[in-house]
Formats: sequence, structure tokens, C-alpha cells
Amino acid sequence: MSRRARAVALIMALLTVPVVACGSAGGSDALVIYSGRNKELVGGVLDQLEQATGVKVEVRYGSSGEMAAQLLEEGDGTQADVFFSQDAGALGAVAEQGRLAELPADVLGMVPEEYRADDGKWVATSARARVVAYDPRVVTEAELPETLEDVVDPKWKGRMGYAPTNASWQAFVTSVRVVKGEEFAKDWLAKFAANDPQRYDNNIAIMNAVNDGQLPAGLINHYYWYAKVAENGADAVKVKLHYAGGGDPLSLVNVAGAAVVAGSDRNEAAVKAVRFLLSEQAQKYFADETAEYPANPAVTSDKHKLPTLAELNGPDIDLSKLSTLQQTLTLLQEAGLS
Amino acid sequence: MRAAPTNTALALVVAGVALTPLAYLAVRSFDRGVGEVGRVLWRARTLDLAVRSLALAGAVTVACVVIGVLGAWLVVRSDMVGRRVAGVLLVLPLAVPSYVAGFTWVALLPGLTGFTGAFLVLTLVSFPYVLLPVAAALRTADPAVEEVARSLGRTSAQTFFSVTLRQIRPAATAGGLLVALYALSDFGAVSLMRYEAFTLGIYTSYRATFDRTPAAILGCVLVALAIALTVGERRARGAAATTRGPRPAVTVPLGRARVPAFLGTAALVVVSLGVPVFSLGWWLAAGRSTVGDDLLSTTLNTVTVSALGAALTIVMALPVGVLAARHRGALVRGVELAGFAGHALPGITIGLALVFFGIRFAPGLYQTTPMLAFAYAVLFLPLAVGAVRTAVAHAPPVLEDVSRSLGKSRTETRLRVTVPLAAPGILAGAALVFLTCAKELPATLLLRPTGVDTLATELWTKTEVSAYAAAAPYAAVLLVVAAIPAVVLDRFLRGGVR
Repeated sequence: MSRRARAVALIMALLTVPVVACGSAGGSDALVIYSGRNKELVGGVLDQLEQATGVKVEVRYGSSGEMAAQLLEEGDGTQADVFFSQDAGALGAVAEQGRLAELPADVLGMVPEEYRADDGKWVATSARARVVAYDPRVVTEAELPETLEDVVDPKWKGRMGYAPTNASWQAFVTSVRVVKGEEFAKDWLAKFAANDPQRYDNNIAIMNAVNDGQLPAGLINHYYWYAKVAENGADAVKVKLHYAGGGDPLSLVNVAGAAVVAGSDRNEAAVKAVRFLLSEQAQKYFADETAEYPANPAVTSDKHKLPTLAELNGPDIDLSKLSTLQQTLTLLQEAGLS
Repeated sequence: MRAAPTNTALALVVAGVALTPLAYLAVRSFDRGVGEVGRVLWRARTLDLAVRSLALAGAVTVACVVIGVLGAWLVVRSDMVGRRVAGVLLVLPLAVPSYVAGFTWVALLPGLTGFTGAFLVLTLVSFPYVLLPVAAALRTADPAVEEVARSLGRTSAQTFFSVTLRQIRPAATAGGLLVALYALSDFGAVSLMRYEAFTLGIYTSYRATFDRTPAAILGCVLVALAIALTVGERRARGAAATTRGPRPAVTVPLGRARVPAFLGTAALVVVSLGVPVFSLGWWLAAGRSTVGDDLLSTTLNTVTVSALGAALTIVMALPVGVLAARHRGALVRGVELAGFAGHALPGITIGLALVFFGIRFAPGLYQTTPMLAFAYAVLFLPLAVGAVRTAVAHAPPVLEDVSRSLGKSRTETRLRVTVPLAAPGILAGAALVFLTCAKELPATLLLRPTGVDTLATELWTKTEVSAYAAAAPYAAVLLVVAAIPAVVLDRFLRGGVR
């Protein structure tokens, strides 16, 4: 071999060294959590989980939908022990394929019946409510919408904001379909579209537009407001929240949840982790840090003045039915709201 | 020269590897029988998505070819003021991830959505795919032909259209193909601009219905489009100019066109590079930037996985590129096509394909760095194959013949003569793959080792909760990390392929 050929061989060898050096992370004893919830939001509580349970934890972050697809693709070979999802739909999809293990009765018993799967395969860890954010400088309390019909009233023409790509908005439209029926939903969306709704990228953009006096009202999730108040102080925040209640889809309560992956060889630790997410400590974290509603009714927030779940009086809906999103997207497309 | 058996065998292995995502698509598509495939294919919406995707890809490709060819000509052949600097600045948009560009434009012009928005963003981030190879072709083309044309009384413009364009056609069509496939597979810009294209349909299928079958079937349509485009490109490519000019071409004086040319180039730099950089600067200033050591470790991770990805991609591209440059025939065409077939697929599809195969056939490697590097190699093989093919095509075959006549084996000749001759071009290809790896998000999210964050994944984490000020440092460092190879690219091309 010539010098140059040797050099080429050497470079090739050097390139393979790091490949071999960064060996597999699998096979360790750490509990692997697949989290569809964002690290910025739940990183803290998962750190607490590690300390409180004494279980070493490794977390993979992604989007709930892609994570569900990944879990299904991995099948029996998965390293995941716990699936922590942003919504019930992704949990339902994985459960349907038999990839989730049933949770013990004591864990399921920590939350009210509507906050767990009928087959005991997943449990809600926190809830969030749909609200109407409004500008009290231009909207009086008497004017605020209490029902879906109120929202499409001509007086809101061009004055109501929404975030078409936001998953929570889409879940809300799904709940309209599930609670009121397809015909009603189609009709309502047509009226909503005809009312010149103002499009925004996300909930935060809607809230800021209302706060800055550019938009009278918008449909968002409740917790963004609490984050804003925590960041800027109550005096600086002009925008206010309106909870419609009355069992109307306008005040849909949706959940994030957790489950144990079927066939996990760390089942005990996984159950322990889910139990921790429902414990007082973790539930306090959701209440105080992310300003969500604790799924555990015994816990309230010290930091935020949240109405209780009972006061919310959201629509009566089986949350696993929120997974019928494709029909919703089709309806939204037909209405020109996608 | 007959194809070297070792090289051909290696190229076939690489082609097989490149086809793994397609095997996965077949498995998933027929999950629920042929009926389901037909149902998804014949939905009106599928045709609608195909038309929209093709319209976008077509418009972006045409725009990129025009901008890329003009830009390359101004930088290489004209006497435009500041053309050396422009040469570097016009490569740098490659370092801007489409989701970052899309994001900054939406922040700047909230009304910008749909086709116009997606077209603008994709054009601005991908025209260098054309500019780079065309600039290289212009630098190495034989000027004698142009001089003959001019001596026969043709004007500069006539010469450009009758002679120069013909010389750079292979480079322009190759670049155009990469742009078209990129536009078909991109999700970042398309989703930010809410343009209902194929990739949006694929993602919706995962995110909204958690259903992998329709997504796979739609993926098959993208593969079909990619194959059609690749075959079309080969038809349009024409014969590659393998002769290299004995001397650099004469600079063409722009005359009265100097000012408009300069202003046009400056405007292009401002919209493609200035806008994202400016808006990142604004966010950096707005955020009380408390940059943690997170930034350092994620940067190191990004550099590591991207370097490994680039190295592996080049190693895999060598046999294919050499084969494509030196030989003709059905086998060669098939191998090259295999490399390109999956290139229109969005990263999520390739990612899930490798999840599927990785966990079944290489569980020890699944979710490790090598596996991620391998994903990058499958994703970006065409970028490297193109670079290797061009570089090898420019290496005079006569030198290989001399080596063979001196009794060296084919393999040794390849390693000792062909590869060193083509090294600058191959390194430029490696640089291109490196910066593309650094930007990649969906496959990285699926395949990275648990707990390993890269700049792109951190950027995603922060922007998902609208923490833009916190995201800005990551975006800025990502730009810098990706910009270094972009400058290297320009260096190599300027130095010419000696």
C-alpha cells in the first residue's frame, strides 16, 4: 500500500472511532419516558419525579402525535416505559393498538372518572379550559358570549380571534361535532367563517393582540393568561378571561395524560412514575407552574386564582372521542378555516 | 473502462440501503390491504395535494434556476462590484433552516401566507443549490467556445444564451432537481405558511389521526413524483462537459448593467440573509439572554452528529458517484435513481422507516448517534452523489488509464488517482451535507439518543412554547455552525477543482 492509500485508510479508521465510542444508551436501568409535552413546561416536574421516586429517568421529547407513531412503530422492541402525552387522542391511539398496560386501581382512583380511560389504560394528569380572552376596555361583561351561537352573532363580525393551526382550537371544533352533531358543527363553522374571524398563529399571539387593544376578543386556552400575569404582573395585563360554562363546548375542558407502555420490563418503576404525576407534589406543580387544573381534585393552586373544575361546567364529553380529528379537519377545510 | 466490480457491488449495496424507506412505505401502505391504498389515492384531496405540491415545487425550481444561474454568472464572469463577497453571501442562505426563514417572514409580514409565502421562503433558502454547481461549472468551462462565438460577432448576451447556458446546463438541471425535491419534501415553510401541500397532509395524518397508513400512501405518491423528476432531469441534463478549460474565462464587462446588477444582488442578499439575521438580532437583543452551558453542549452535539452524518454520507456516495460519472447503462441509471427516489419524502417518513427497521434489525444501534448519522446519510445521499459525480467527471479519465497501464488494480486506481483528483469537489459535497444535517429536525427528533439535544431540537422546544427570545441564541449559533461549511464550500469552488 502506498503512503496515500495508507492515509485514506487511516482517515476511514478515525471516522469509525467515534461511531464505536458513542455506544448504545439502551439497556441501562433508567426509566425511559416519551414525553409529548414540551421540556420547557414539564422538565421541572420530571426532575422532581426523579428525586421523589429515586428512579433514574431518561426523557425523550417530541410531539405527541409523532411520539404515538414512534411507539407504534417500535412495537414490542420499544425502550419506552411511560408515555406522557399532551392530549387524550394520542394516548387513545396507542391504547387501541394494545401498546399500553392497564394501570392499577389505586392509581386510577386518584382522579375522577371522567379523567381516566374507560379501559384503565391511561390517566389524565392535568386539564385546561377553553376560554374567551377579551379586552375590558372595549367589551362589557354583558356582551360576552355564553354559547356557540353568541360567538357567531353579527356583533362579533371581524372582532373575534382564533388560531386555525392550534391543536386546542381543533380539539374544540371536534367537541362541537361530538356534542352537537355533524350538521350543527358544519352550520356553525359556516357562520363563524362568514363572521370574518381574525386569524392568528397561536394562542399567545391572540392574547397579546387583545392585550394591546388590536383585537376585542379571541378564543384561547386559559393557562396562557396566567403565564402572562406571572411574567408581567397583574397590573400590566389588560386582557381578561371569560369562562362561558353552562355545559357549552365554548368551555371545553381537555386533558394531558400519562400511561405505562405494555411489556415494559420496568413496569413497577413506570407505575411509580405515573403515581407520582398524580401525587400532591406533581399536581401542585401543574397548578402553580403551568397554571393547569390538577387532575387530582384534592389539589388547588396557591399561586393562581383558578376557578375550580366544578365551576367550569364544561360540556359533558367522552375525551377519547376527541381523537376523531380527521373529520374535523375536513369540516374546517370545507368551511375555509384551515 | 469497464465498471470495477468492487465499486459496482458497493454502489448496489448503497442503493439497497437508500431504498429502505421505500420498503417501509410498502409495508405501511398495504397494512390494511389494497382497498385502502386505492381509497386514499383516489380521494379528491390527494390529487389536490399533488397539484398544490407540484405547483409549489415547479415555481420554486424555476425561480431558483433563474436566480441561481444569474447569480453564479455575475459572481464568476462579470466585473460586478463586490462579487467576491457576494460569492460567499449568496451561499449562506443554505445555512438558514426553512422553519427559521418562514418564521422570520411571518413575524415581519403577518399577512404573508399560503402559496406566496411558501414560494418566497423556499426560493430564498434553496437557490444556492443551483448557484453553487453553476458557479463551479462556469469556473471550469472552456472559454474558447465563447471566444469563438464573440469573434463571430455575437454580443455578450447572445453568447450567454447560445453558448454559456449550454455549458452550464448539466449543473443547472442537477441543482434544479435538488431544489424541486427539497420543495416537495419541505415541511417547515409549508406549515408556517399554512399551505396545504403533501407534507402537511402527511404530518396531519400523524398528528391529527395518529394514523400511519394514509401518511405512507401519500409518501408513495411523493416517491413517484421524485422518480419522475429524476428521470426528467437526466433527460434534460444533456452530456456533461468533462473537458476543463485550460485557463480562466475572460471577465465580461457589465457596462450600463453594473448598477442594476449590483442592486439586484444586494437586494437578494438582504431578503435571503439579512431578514433572518436581522430578526434574530432583534430577538437576541429583546431576550435577557442568559445563555447557559446548554448552548455549548447542544452545539457540540450538533457538530458531532452532523460531521458523522456528512462523513458517512460521503463514504456511501463515493461508489455511486464514481459509477455515475464513469459509466452509462441501465444499472448505473437504476442505482442513481435509487439514491434519489426517497429524497422527496419528508424527514418524518424517513425517520419512522428507520425506527421500523432499526428496532427490528439493529436494536443495539437504535437511538444511538451512529443510527442518526445513518439516517442523515439516507436523507441526504443525493446531495453528496451529485457532488461526487460532478467532481469525478471533471477528473481526466486518462490519468486513471495511465495508472491501470502501470499495473495498478481498479480499486487502487480509484483510491489513489480518482478520489484525490476529485477531493475538493467531494469535500464541498461533505460541507453541503454537514450544514443540511445541522438544520434537520424531524428525523433528528425521532432518532437521536434519548436526552441528547441538538441546536435544531432545542430551537424547536423553545419556539413550540413561543419562547422566541430564548430560542434566538440557538438559531444564531445554528446559523454560524451551518455557515462555516458554506464558506468552505465557496473556498473550494473558488480554488477550482485543480
